[in-house]
Amino acid sequence: MRRHLLGLFLALLLAWPAAAQDRFASALAGLGEGFGQTAEVVERLGALGDPRAIPLLQALQDGQLRRTPAGTVLLPDGRDAATGQPGDATGAEAVRINNRVRQALRGALGRLQLLSPDAEARRQAAEAVFRSPAPENVPLLDAALAKETDPGIRAQLELALAASQLRADDAAAKRDAVARLGTAATTEARALLIEARAANPDLATAIDVSIAAIEQRLAVRRAVETLFQGLSLGSVLLLAALGLAVTFGVMGVINMAHGEFVMLGAYATFVVQELCRGIPWLAPWSLPLAVPAAFLVTALAGAALERGLIRHLYGRPLETLLMTFGVGMIIQQAVRLAFGAQNREVTSPSWMQGTLTFPGGIAMTQNRLWIIVFGIFVLLLVVAAIRFTRFGLEMRAVVQNRRIAATMGIRTGRVDAMTFAFGSGLAGLAGVALSQIDNVSPNLGTGYIIDSFMVVVFGGVGSLAGTLVGALTLGVVNKVLEPYAGAVLAKVCVLVAIMLFIQRRPKGLFALKGRAAES
Amino acid sequence: MTLRLVLAGAILLLALLPVLNRMPAESALHVSDFVVSVSGKWITYAVLALAIDLAWGYAGILSLGHGAFFALGGYAIGMHLMRLIGPRGVYGHPVLPDFMVFLGYQKLPWYWLGFDHFPFAILMAMAVPGLLALVVGYLAFRSRITGVYLSIITQALTYALMLAFFRNDMGFGGNNGFTDFKELLGMPLNTPNARSVLFYASLVLLVLSLWLCSVITRSKLGRVLVAIRDAESRVRFLGYDVTQHKLFVFVLSAVLAGLAGALYVPQVGIINPGEFSPGNSIEAVIWVAVGGRGTLVGALLGAFSVNALKTWLTTVAPDLWLFALGGLFVAVTLFLPRGLIGLFTKAPK
Repeated sequence: MRRHLLGLFLALLLAWPAAAQDRFASALAGLGEGFGQTAEVVERLGALGDPRAIPLLQALQDGQLRRTPAGTVLLPDGRDAATGQPGDATGAEAVRINNRVRQALRGALGRLQLLSPDAEARRQAAEAVFRSPAPENVPLLDAALAKETDPGIRAQLELALAASQLRADDAAAKRDAVARLGTAATTEARALLIEARAANPDLATAIDVSIAAIEQRLAVRRAVETLFQGLSLGSVLLLAALGLAVTFGVMGVINMAHGEFVMLGAYATFVVQELCRGIPWLAPWSLPLAVPAAFLVTALAGAALERGLIRHLYGRPLETLLMTFGVGMIIQQAVRLAFGAQNREVTSPSWMQGTLTFPGGIAMTQNRLWIIVFGIFVLLLVVAAIRFTRFGLEMRAVVQNRRIAATMGIRTGRVDAMTFAFGSGLAGLAGVALSQIDNVSPNLGTGYIIDSFMVVVFGGVGSLAGTLVGALTLGVVNKVLEPYAGAVLAKVCVLVAIMLFIQRRPKGLFALKGRAAES
Repeated sequence: MTLRLVLAGAILLLALLPVLNRMPAESALHVSDFVVSVSGKWITYAVLALAIDLAWGYAGILSLGHGAFFALGGYAIGMHLMRLIGPRGVYGHPVLPDFMVFLGYQKLPWYWLGFDHFPFAILMAMAVPGLLALVVGYLAFRSRITGVYLSIITQALTYALMLAFFRNDMGFGGNNGFTDFKELLGMPLNTPNARSVLFYASLVLLVLSLWLCSVITRSKLGRVLVAIRDAESRVRFLGYDVTQHKLFVFVLSAVLAGLAGALYVPQVGIINPGEFSPGNSIEAVIWVAVGGRGTLVGALLGAFSVNALKTWLTTVAPDLWLFALGGLFVAVTLFLPRGLIGLFTKAPK
């Protein structure tokens, strides 16, 4: 008994592929007997979903498929398409195709490749099916959806399925498709619905609901993307302004050469990249290496500037402003002579390139994301340095009361130099970040210096929280205004808004309170 | 007293330049066209320097945006000059300037109306900078924005104006600004006659502004301004309206700068948004610093000497000019707080 069962099972096992074989082979009948019949065969093969049809259809498309007078179809390598065995090629002729066959071929190949193991082929197939929607596609798309795991391709398949269902006569399927499209968040889905609305007046209400849902989701996506761009611009401003918050906000020294320190940081990044270029294992890590290098270079330049020049002008802010502006000019011209006036390119390492796509189709470029991360990191670093280190303590002491601090044994001159060096080093870090999103040129800093001062003035001089809020606010407001007013007018609007804002709060958002505010 | 004699002599010498220009070329006294046009340009710079000195040297208002007032005055007269081109433009349109035809304008924007009349253009060259200064000054002085904060705000102002004027849809020629002027008050530009007339006009403006400034600074008003510069709160507590005093001097200074710009543009034959760049304004401030702020003669001395250095150095060694200018900023603030004039006069007690 058991042997019989086993025998039956084996027979079935053998018969199943044989049956499939038969269906594939019988579907081939008629291929090459006139264009109409060939097209029918192609459509049958496309609906069958047998992967063996793919090379056959491609060969047909390329004009490489041959047929013997006996009716055997031969693949380009000489095998019999029905059996897979080498076939007899005597008297074989190429199967000719016309436009109708070609059209059928495109649809069939697209449908068949929905099940391809290659993800890219599946993505292309899904797009192809979406572009030629037809009711026959529905079962195939259902099958493909059941197996698909890639979320991107799934979304495309859903779209294609809905498009095909909308063409079917089945009202329930149409309603279902409209509802499903309403859960998408793409402009293609919206276009599809708008097209279907004209063809299906009875479904107009449902379609309108779906369109509204899509538009709401698109608006949310735009808002999130604008917010992201604003935050990324804000973190650039934050980086550029943090150094100013230390030198101008904490020390009260106005340094117009700050933009040039940012530029020096960007050039330090460029130099480190060029040095690392010769060492293959080091090259991808040149950017992290540039961070301490840029900090050191600009911090040393800052210390030299403070000790050499600025300290002679303490208590004379207007003169300090003019003098540092002159120093900025000299630095800029020196860099122009040393590196040339043209833009230098700093390439992003591979792990910073590309775009991240989040659910809902929100796209964010990786290097901007990294700049936000870097901005937060530097902010925390500054807060920690001021709060928890000996240097930070001495710095705060000198700011609060220079003479008492000196009496307590703090070398105020050294603290001044170190504070200024710290602020300048932060400018260097901003330069590293800017080298990733802007051209490295001698006048890189000029474009950011005015904005950075605006951030510090807006946020409140001497307040790190104010700098953070100020930078992010200005960044986001700039990006929100841009679509309505254009980049330039947005900037002008922001400048005017700040001037008006200062009317109400002359000391900025986060004004210092108590005795420090009097000085 | 000697200083005044030197000043009078220098102005007379300047007045002689166009005359000497008409001397035959082989004469030893002949001066070239270049000298005349360059000095004409410097005279307008000197008026700008006077304007800055009045605000900074006397009232302590360091504006880093005076180049904006200068440029606005220049744009006002530039609009008049563009209207005078008439149908002689490249496109030959009877009314619209070339750039408007190029950008597809159908009719003249409303704010261009009236600029075909010279008096209106001159009025605007004074009124537009004056009004801008009035608004900005009112907002700033009212909320007691002083010192470096005011400097930063005015710098941001000129920066914003530069960005705005770079835009084509502003209707001011965008990037290229205005150029290819033909005539002014019926006389073709770029002729010796026009050069002399513009030169003397500039010189008259300089002398008049010098007179006006010296009257103001020696009056009681001038004394109050100096007091505001040195101890603003104290003046306020003594019962003076500091805001109004500062506003007056700031607006007057802007009007002077606008007039200087209006005479500058016909002489150089071009005005573009680059004139608004913050660098230009701060360069003008350094003229005053080099000459010696708080003395009107110092402003003139600074404007002429720094520009002479610039003209010479940019032909001899163009790469070095920015080093020299930067060096001037550093040297003057560190070693010559009273400017060149401080070398010849005693420090006030």
